[in-house]
Amino acid sequence: MKLSLPFARLLALLLTLGLAPAARAADEADYKAAFAAAEAASKEAAGMRNQWTVTVSTLAAAKKAADGGDFDRAVAAAREAEALAKASIFQAISEKEAWKAMEIR
Amino acid sequence: MKARTSILLGSLSAALVALALTSPRVVAADKVDPVADAKAFQNFFFQKFPTVKHEDFVNGPYSMNEDMKRQWQEKEEFPPYEFALDAGKEMFATPFKNGKTYADCFPNGGIGIRQNYPYFDEKEGKVVTLELALNRCREANGEAPYSYVKDEMASLTAYMAFTSRGKPMDIKIPDDPRALAAFENGKRYFYTRRGQLNFSCASCHVQSPGERIRAEILAPALGILNAMPIYRSEWSGMGTTSRRFVTCNSQTRAVPLEPQADEYRDVEYFLSYVANGLPISGPGARP
Repeated sequence: MKLSLPFARLLALLLTLGLAPAARAADEADYKAAFAAAEAASKEAAGMRNQWTVTVSTLAAAKKAADGGDFDRAVAAAREAEALAKASIFQAISEKEAWKAMEIR
Repeated sequence: MKARTSILLGSLSAALVALALTSPRVVAADKVDPVADAKAFQNFFFQKFPTVKHEDFVNGPYSMNEDMKRQWQEKEEFPPYEFALDAGKEMFATPFKNGKTYADCFPNGGIGIRQNYPYFDEKEGKVVTLELALNRCREANGEAPYSYVKDEMASLTAYMAFTSRGKPMDIKIPDDPRALAAFENGKRYFYTRRGQLNFSCASCHVQSPGERIRAEILAPALGILNAMPIYRSEWSGMGTTSRRFVTCNSQTRAVPLEPQADEYRDVEYFLSYVANGLPISGPGARP
């Protein structure tokens, strides 16, 4: 069966509307979940003695936004902090061997 | 069939020969050899900057740039660290509440000994820096320790460095696996990338000495601690070796360790050892 172009477009639109998660404002629960994940990654990085200053400041920005009731911003900042912390963990792990490439021999 | 067997045997013997040739090198690369490391380190800088006099590396960016060097030489007539030096001299001679002085804590009364720090304390099994030894001296005599990053500590180390000016750095690594491990740990710290900028100490001070980073000219790693402590115009004041490590970390967007953390003590041991033979020039002045 061959679909007509307007029908295919309509189908695509319906599918998109149906499948895409409805955009909604983040709430405190979203923030708490995002912050907990970021904090856990940050603690892991600190435990490896490889914390980044930007992780700490972005976590603080997330908390500040949440304290002010702006959970959209708070969740975005917490997710960014988690990504930064994970990048620092990756750095610490890869540098366990990679530092040797820089050594003067 | 016969040809096939010969090829197989030939390949096998070639592989064995290759293995035999490479194995010792792998072992050698993993062995901690401070003497070889220091030689390679110094040669790297001597070859990279063939016109710089060896003893001039301790003058940091001034050894890399003639204009800056002339400005610095003029500034040395009234050096910005002079106040710290005078304060350090007075503090050094002032007795603690119990009547003892810093001189009682150090060999040769603390005069002309800067070039022997840091040293490896076999009893403690760790590296002891001059800053650490000064605070331990204070605590042993019932005084509160100073901040490791500035003011009084910088003044005291400035005076002690001044009494050692011109003496060649003379760091010893005893035949103790813990001392070798500390040296290796310091080396690892020096070359390890950290912070969001993904920089190691070597990124600036091995790969790019003499190059500009914003308005500043990067100092070579060779002899970089011989000038400590330093007056930095950027800081508008004096800073110790601890302060230098802490700010370097921050500049790469890495959270600094606590002053006198094992890693900092070890990297100081490594950097000082590879500068053996180069003169103490501290206290220094930097832009």
